[in-house]
Amino acid sequence: MTTNSPSKVHVTTTINGQKHELLVPGYMSLLDTLRELIGLTGTKEGCLDGNCGACTVNVNGRIVDSCLVLGAEINGKEVNTIEGMATSEGLHPLQQAFLEEAALQCGICTPGFLVAAKGLLDNEPSPSEGRIRHWLAGNLCRCTGYDKIVRAVQKASS
Amino acid sequence: MHPFAYVAPSTVAEAVAVLDKHGDRARPLAGGTDLLVKARANVWELDAVVDIKNIPELMKLSVSNDGLSIGAGVPCYQIYDNSQIAAEYPGIVDGASIIGGIQIQSRAGVGGNLCNAAPSGDGICPLIIHSAVAKIASTGGTREVAVEDFCTGPSRTVLKAGELLVSIEVPKPAANSGAAYTRFIPRNEMDIAVAGVGVFVQLDASGKNFVSARIALASVGPVPILAKEAGNSLAGKPVNDETIATAAALAKAAASPITDMRGTIEQRKTLVEVLTGRMIKQAVERARG
Repeated sequence: MTTNSPSKVHVTTTINGQKHELLVPGYMSLLDTLRELIGLTGTKEGCLDGNCGACTVNVNGRIVDSCLVLGAEINGKEVNTIEGMATSEGLHPLQQAFLEEAALQCGICTPGFLVAAKGLLDNEPSPSEGRIRHWLAGNLCRCTGYDKIVRAVQKASS
Repeated sequence: MHPFAYVAPSTVAEAVAVLDKHGDRARPLAGGTDLLVKARANVWELDAVVDIKNIPELMKLSVSNDGLSIGAGVPCYQIYDNSQIAAEYPGIVDGASIIGGIQIQSRAGVGGNLCNAAPSGDGICPLIIHSAVAKIASTGGTREVAVEDFCTGPSRTVLKAGELLVSIEVPKPAANSGAAYTRFIPRNEMDIAVAGVGVFVQLDASGKNFVSARIALASVGPVPILAKEAGNSLAGKPVNDETIATAAALAKAAASPITDMRGTIEQRKTLVEVLTGRMIKQAVERARG
């Protein structure tokens, strides 16, 4: 059994392909772990209660709201964030499509939408418009009205 | 948020020992989609959270001739991604598919939905109509409680401090049976039920008569309601508009909703009647295959 002092939990994890060893306070969210302990501030804080999806990251192939995961829970897991989407080759096709379709305005929701959309296209390369809208229902955008976002995901689909 | 310790035991015995030690200042952590919201809002002041996801028994999902066993920590997506469960327990899949969005469904499960005991919990009515049983462990041993008796009030359950939900056991449905669950919400997704209805029916071999039925109602009372009279009214009756309308009217009578920001008493009662009729028809359709 992993019993730790009330304060910190020893966590070994892989984030965007890089191995990290961390001491995480037991009550710290994955969102704060990424932003405060590791300095990956691309993942945004929105509602802090699982409605808006701004903090979406991918853990072991599933998208989750990182505000509703504890940092201690990613021990032994693989986490992928917005910072892992672009490579030295350039932007991810979804990022390029978001730019071309102007699928963002203020940008706060964008990392969450991109990570969520990637989670869909990684498993379903050619989703229908309905499937895209259903999949992204857990992400809120208060600027674009969604049509541009959906068009961008369709553009990045094969 | 009150700082709490994170504990990740690998056995039920270790988990209940920690829960027992801390009493109501510790909670099991499954998907965390309710727990972390409540801890952050200081609804709960916790000294420890016990992550149950490293306990194999609580993460087990199995479907066999004995029925369906859902470990307390199994997330929704594993339920609706399982084609055998979708075929044999479509009502449970109906519920698991509409709890939150995809991110929530990666983590939240029907075990946590049951323990959270929201009157609107979309995962609960489908279990009630299937006569599911909750298996509970504590340092004193184990016990079983029918899911229909599990919730005792909004956010309140039969679980005592130190007790842990281990799994939900769903009996294998009888031949010629079918189930369905739906809710009314003003959006398409990501909302809390204004009213929800689950229906299980067993038909005779001809598919023309009800043998038995169970109907459960969400968001129209302090706990999910088993509308016994409504279900019993169908037993032995032919499948037709009249018998279905009678059952729907009895379901409406069993609902005791409140008026709040999501809907009025009148709207909710009407919704129960309409949705009960629809869900009986859908369950019949599924029973006929």
